[in-house]
This record gives sequence, C-alpha cells and structure tokens, in this order.
Amino acid sequence: MTVTPPAQTPEIEDTYSLRSTFYERAGGFFVPFAATVLAFFIGGLVVLITGHNPIEAYRAIFEGAGFNWPYQWLTGQDTTASGRDLQQTLRAATPLILAALAVAFSFRCGLFNIGGQGQYWVGFIFALLVGTHFEGMPRPLHVTLCIVAGILGGAFWGGIAGFLRATVGAHEVITTIMLNWIALYVGKWLFELDGPLQGAAPSLPRSEVIDDSAILWIIWNPYLHAGILIAIVVLFIYTLLLNRTTLGYEVRAVGFNPEAARYSGIGVRKNYFLALAISGAFAGLAGTVDLVGVKHAVDQSDFDTNFVAFTAIAVALLGRNTAVGIFFAGLLFAGLSVGTSSRNLDPEIFEPALATDLATMIQALVIFFVGADLLIVYIWRLRRHLHLRRTQPAEEPAPS
Amino acid sequence: MAEDAPVLELKGITKRFPGVVANDRVDFDLRRGEVHALLGENGAGKSTLMNVLYGLYRPDEGEILVKGKPITMSSPSDAIGVGVGMVHQHFMLIPVMTVAENIVLGVEPTREKLFLDQDAAEERVKQIARTFKFAIDPHARIENISVGQQQRVEILKALFRGADILILDEPTAVLTPQEALELFGILRTLTREGMSVIFISHKLHEVLEIADRVTVLRRGKKIETLPREGATQEALAKLMVGREVLLRVDKKPSEPGEPLLEVEDLQVLDERGLPAVRGVSFQVRAGEIVGIAGVDGNGQTELIDAITGLTKPQSGTIRVGGRDATRETARERLDEGIGHIPEDRQRRGLILDFTLAENVGLHDYRKEPYSRVGWLRPGRLIALARRLLKEFDVRGGNPKTLASALSGGNQQKVVIAREVERDPRVLVAGQPTRGLDVGAIEFVHRRLVDERDEGRAVLLMSLELEEIMSLSDRILVIFGGEIVGEYGPDVTEEELGVAMTGGRREAAA
Repeated sequence: MTVTPPAQTPEIEDTYSLRSTFYERAGGFFVPFAATVLAFFIGGLVVLITGHNPIEAYRAIFEGAGFNWPYQWLTGQDTTASGRDLQQTLRAATPLILAALAVAFSFRCGLFNIGGQGQYWVGFIFALLVGTHFEGMPRPLHVTLCIVAGILGGAFWGGIAGFLRATVGAHEVITTIMLNWIALYVGKWLFELDGPLQGAAPSLPRSEVIDDSAILWIIWNPYLHAGILIAIVVLFIYTLLLNRTTLGYEVRAVGFNPEAARYSGIGVRKNYFLALAISGAFAGLAGTVDLVGVKHAVDQSDFDTNFVAFTAIAVALLGRNTAVGIFFAGLLFAGLSVGTSSRNLDPEIFEPALATDLATMIQALVIFFVGADLLIVYIWRLRRHLHLRRTQPAEEPAPS
Repeated sequence: MAEDAPVLELKGITKRFPGVVANDRVDFDLRRGEVHALLGENGAGKSTLMNVLYGLYRPDEGEILVKGKPITMSSPSDAIGVGVGMVHQHFMLIPVMTVAENIVLGVEPTREKLFLDQDAAEERVKQIARTFKFAIDPHARIENISVGQQQRVEILKALFRGADILILDEPTAVLTPQEALELFGILRTLTREGMSVIFISHKLHEVLEIADRVTVLRRGKKIETLPREGATQEALAKLMVGREVLLRVDKKPSEPGEPLLEVEDLQVLDERGLPAVRGVSFQVRAGEIVGIAGVDGNGQTELIDAITGLTKPQSGTIRVGGRDATRETARERLDEGIGHIPEDRQRRGLILDFTLAENVGLHDYRKEPYSRVGWLRPGRLIALARRLLKEFDVRGGNPKTLASALSGGNQQKVVIAREVERDPRVLVAGQPTRGLDVGAIEFVHRRLVDERDEGRAVLLMSLELEEIMSLSDRILVIFGGEIVGEYGPDVTEEELGVAMTGGRREAAA
C-alpha cells in the first residue's frame, strides 16, 4: 500500500476522549453532591421563613442523627447519647441500602423495579416462617436459614415480574406495582385477626415472634444489630457481581444496549428475568434483616406504614446505582429521618413536627435536583463562564 | 457565474472549545448564485463553522459580513433575519402535520390575529413552490412523504422565511442516489434564481458534481479554496486528509477456493411479517468478496440478519463451511466461523457506554482466558484491547476509554478488529464505511481486501455503488428480495443501476 506514514497528531482526540471520560466519572460524583447541597440550601431558606436559624436546625439534625459521634469519640467526650443516635441511623440505613440495591441492579439491566416493597414483604414473610419454626436450632444456622429464605422469597417475587417481562413482554413497572399490592394484601390477610398466620395473642392482629435463636446478633449495644455489616458485605457483592462476573457483564450489556447484546448472542430475555430475580433477592434480604434484627414479628398495621423500599428508590437514584453512592445516600436519608425524630431533636431549636416535614422536603428536593442533573451542570457552567469573563475579559487561555 | 461582491464573508473565524480549536482563523466567502462546497473529514470543523454562521455558536474571534455589512449573529433568528437559512442533517419537521403547516410554522398567516388561515398558508406555499419549480403537495402529511421530499420541505421552509443563502449540512447522507440527483437539480434551479448555497459534505464525487467552488477544511484550518474546474477527487482527498489517499482499492485478482458460505432458497420475513427475502441462493467462496448491491430496503438487511442468526428464516438453508447452520443461534454461528460487521455500529456493533476493553470482549467474555468459571478477568480483556488498538491503529483512546468517546472511523476499526481477531471463515460486512471519512474508508477497504487474501469468504452489503464496484470480485444485485443479476467486477455503473431499479437483465459473470 503506497501510503505515507499517517501525519495525524492524536493529541486533540486524546484530550477529548480523556475529558469525556473524566466528565463521565466526575459527573457521577459531582451531580449528586451538588444536588444535595442545593437541596439543603433551599431547605435552609424554608427554615428561615419559619423563623428559625437554619444553621442551628441543621446542626441539631446532624447531632440528632449521631453524626457527631466520631468527633466526640476522638476528643474523648461523653458519647453515650450520640452513640445511641448513630446506632439508630445505621440501623435505619440498613434496609434502605439493601432495598436500594434492588432498584440499582435492575436499573443496570435497563429495568425499573418499583416492586421493592412487595419483594421486601415476601422476603420478610418467608424469613418469618423459618424464624418461627426450628426452635432450638443453633443461632448461626437458624439466622442463615432465615436469610436464605428471605432472599428466595424476594427473588421469587421479583422473578415473577422478570418472567412476565421475558415471556410476554409485560412491562416491569406495571407488574411490579401490581405485585406490591398483592404482597401487601396477602400480608394483611395472613396476620389479621383469625388470619392463617396470626400469632398466639388472640386479640392482636400480629404474627408469632421469631425464636431467640433466629435473632441477629447485637454488635453495638443497645440498638445496632449485625445487619449493617451484612449490608456492607452485600454492597461489595453487588459491585463484584456487576463488574467482575460474566453474569454482570451480560446484565450491563443488555442494560446499555439490548440490540448490541442480541447481536452478540446474549440472551436478552434471560437477563431480564435474572436481573429482576436478583433485584428481588436484595429487597427480600432487606425485609429479612429488618425482621431478624429489629422487628422480630410483624403487626398487620406495619403493611400500611412501612414504605422503606420506596424511599430506597430515591437512595438508588441519589447514589447513582453505585455501591459507594448508595452507602452514603442511605446514610444521608437514614440520618435525616432519625435526626428529625421527636426523640432526637431538641424542640427548642426546631419543632420535630416541622423537622420531619423538612426532612421529607429535603429528600424530595435531592431527588428533584438529581433528576435535573442537566440543570445543575448548566448552573455550574454559567458560574464558571461568568467567572472567566470577569477575570479574563479579553482572552481565554489557549488549550495546552 | 456572477463575479460581483460576495453575499457572505467569514473573516478569521476562530472558535475554541475547551482543549480543542474547532475553527482556527477560517476565511470563507460565498458569491451570489453559486454552490460553494465545504469539504472536510468528520471533525474538521465544518459543522462548527456553519453553526457560527447560523448563530448557534458565538465565535471567539473573527467577523461575519452579510452583503458587505458586519453582522453579529447571536441566535438563529438573527441569521434568518439577514437571509441565512439552514437545512440540518436531521430534519426538524412535525410528522403529523401537513407540508404547508410545517412550512408556515412560527410565521403563520392568521385571521383576526388568532386563527390559522389555512387557505392563505397553502396558497403561499404553492406560490413559492411554483417560483422555484418544486413538485410538492402542500396537503400531504410529513409522515407520508419520502425522505427526499421531506428535505425539500426543509428547503422550502428556509425559502419561505426569506433566505437567499442556504446552508445544507450533509444533505445527501439520508438520500438514495436517485434522490440525490433530484436534489442537485433543485440546487441548480435555486442558484439560477439567484440563491447562494453552502453545501457541506465529505463525499468527493458529489462535491465535484454540484459545487462551483470548494473550500477544504482540515483539523479546524482552511486549507484551500479552489474552483471545480481542474479539481480531481485525488487532489481533493489529499487536501482533506493531508496525505496521498488511494481512492481506488488496488488488489490482485481473486483466487477463490471452496465455498464457505452457501445460501439456498432463503425466504425471510421483515419486522411486519411481510416477505423481504424471496428465495435467494448464492455462494461465497474462500478468498473472494461478493458484493450485494441494491437500493435500500430491498431485503439486504433481512438477508444479513438471517445469515448471522439474528432472524429466523421462513425456509431455506444456510451452510457455513459445509455445516448446516440454519438452526443455530447467533452466538453459535459467531463461535463457529461467522464474523459480522453490523450495518449500524452504534446500535449493534458497539456498546457505547462500555470501555473499549469490554467491547472487544463482546463475543468472547465467557471463554478462557477472558473469564474463568463465571469470573471476568479484566486484565486479559485490557491486554487484548491494547494489542488490537495498536494493530488496527485505533486513535483517541486506550482500553479503558468509553467507546462513545471515539470518532466514527475509530469505532468502526474497533468493530472490525474484534470480528477479524476471532479468525472467522466467513466475514459479513453491512455498509462497513457508512458515515466514515476518506481516510477511514481507505483503511476499511484495505482491511477487507486483506481478509479476502487471508482466505476468508467476504460478503459485502453496501448502498454505495462505488464501494461495491471497487471491492467486489462478484456482484449480486438484489431487488424486491430477489437476486436479479450477477456481474463480474468490470460491470458498468449504468448496468448495475438498471438492475437495481428492477430492469431485469441477466448477465454472465
């Protein structure tokens, strides 16, 4: 071939691709962070309007969530109160993180699993059945059995939606919402007065309490059970499963580009099923950990008040479906709700009733700004643009 | 051609983006009644320059003069105000509205300033269409007319707003060869009426056919402006790429061996369940390139999908290397001897959000050494990617770069690298140079010939007749889902053209 050696210099392309890769990575951190800051800023304005000092209020919420514990601990202060607050926050973060993984995993396959709550309850009930039987079994075995049952229960419920998507193409958003209601009403029926699984107390619409041997270890007295450790381990498993296994490779390939996956012979429908079943397993585990760690039984009314898996959708969104992001987003959302509970917030500084609303509002604002990530990038660029104009009116620096 | 003062002048336009100088002191002028082509590879800065002119970007330096007056363009409405209209590559039409409604959109004639005056709108559209001799039905809905007609609506839209300077951004990219000829006819009418046209393209033969003058851009800089007279494809290509380019592929005559791909009486339905391939039979032998020529939509896509296992044929057999592959899945065929360079690399060939390492492993991630018992070994994929990027001269990325960050030509190199690396016996290539610039086309063509010389059977489907004719050892013409003719490499374009449009004429190869 009579071609002179290519005279093209690759610098321009190189910087472009490096830059876009950098934005890709930095954007993953920057936007959620900026969204959170903006949400707190607007929340602060609202606090100001109600006639309180926003900095004081945020400080009180921060301390109410126990986030000042590390500082107190390091400086040798009394950590009794802050330790208890932090335990509650970590305990509340556990199901949020696990249920958020249920959203995140299916999302990486291009699916939107809104059925976390149903999968949570089915996992919970499966684990409850195991936990109320096999009395006297060694604790490690009994707890493990409960967890396995809960995972299977969640996977079963998620798998139904996956099966419907894979076979008849029923959209998972619709089916998971319907499955949520089925799980909820089946649960209410099981534990109602004279229901099939009502516990021993004849006048209480409540389940049997699980055996002592099925209760999760307390790792930090008095509140914190080992669930947070399980959640951290599962965060690692999530990352490994997605990024280091052929199964995760297929899930991501289908999520990014189902047509390219099909071209290469990857079973798109098989992966839809697997992704929703695995998603369900995460949510089922969330329910199980709540059962064996905190609740130990279920009241019929719990089905009407517990919507942790819906909050978890927001956690996954804020955490950008990454393990690290979900961990911190889970802590943030748990801290907001624990820090504003009437037990932990000083009413002198900010009325807890208002504070709970503030927490909800901040959560909503965070989601709004994460969803409006383009808006954030725009605001950021605008700021930099103005800055450049002010400092260098004539000439921008030449690209190096 | 009128030799008076230019209707439009761009002087010393510089536009920088962070890290890139997209336009570096570019001068450009447009005379009344001429077609001035702006030629350059992808990323040479053609679109940036036109976006500056159209008010979408603000230049960092330089000035714009329209009819001798300096103008500041800060939005497209400024551009429209001074008579500059732009037809984008992707049309901005509303499919459910009629031609007339689309044309008057935003400047509708009204009754009592409130109601759309439908009759007046149609009357005005008819009038302007008559002036410029456009054949178009103002009542037709956009969704029901052809792409070529939609483009005419876009041009009318600009004219309706008083444009006398038209910018056409790669207008032929979406057109069939026939429609492109019609477009050229329209452009000639327009310039005769005193309009001036800027014609953006990277296709050399088109530029030579329609342009009065050609300005070549390369990496943001203006290289030269030259009249069409005396310009050759070779000279333009050299200006564009910056080095000698071989436009004609030089290759030895083929020495075909045993048949590696045998298709027999294949019947395939399209997505709507209508017959798309009707009883096609042919062979591709080792060491030859068989080209499938045809107008888009005559069953080519369905034929390739059936051969590669992406659609199930209704009937017929497909044999690869003598083995019946008709019932095998896409993956089985990929694993047992078919390499597939898909027609649409961004939709099928690559996962743009995957890194290059993940993309080169798209078929083999499940096999040793790239994974073991379900565990990926990213280091192995990265090593493979590094080797392939070097061997195929992929620029602008390393194994950890996302595929979306590469230019089209480099993306295509990654696809070809992956398919060829697996040492397939049969290589199926669908429109392998679509949207690529001259330098990359040269590479792809060279590589396809090399693969042929390695003893692979190459099946090439392309809508570019020139490509088919310069690469193929045998040419099959597909029309209405049937092979209507087989030709040798020395067939003329006219002969193929007749066969492609249904004028059946059997000829011996």
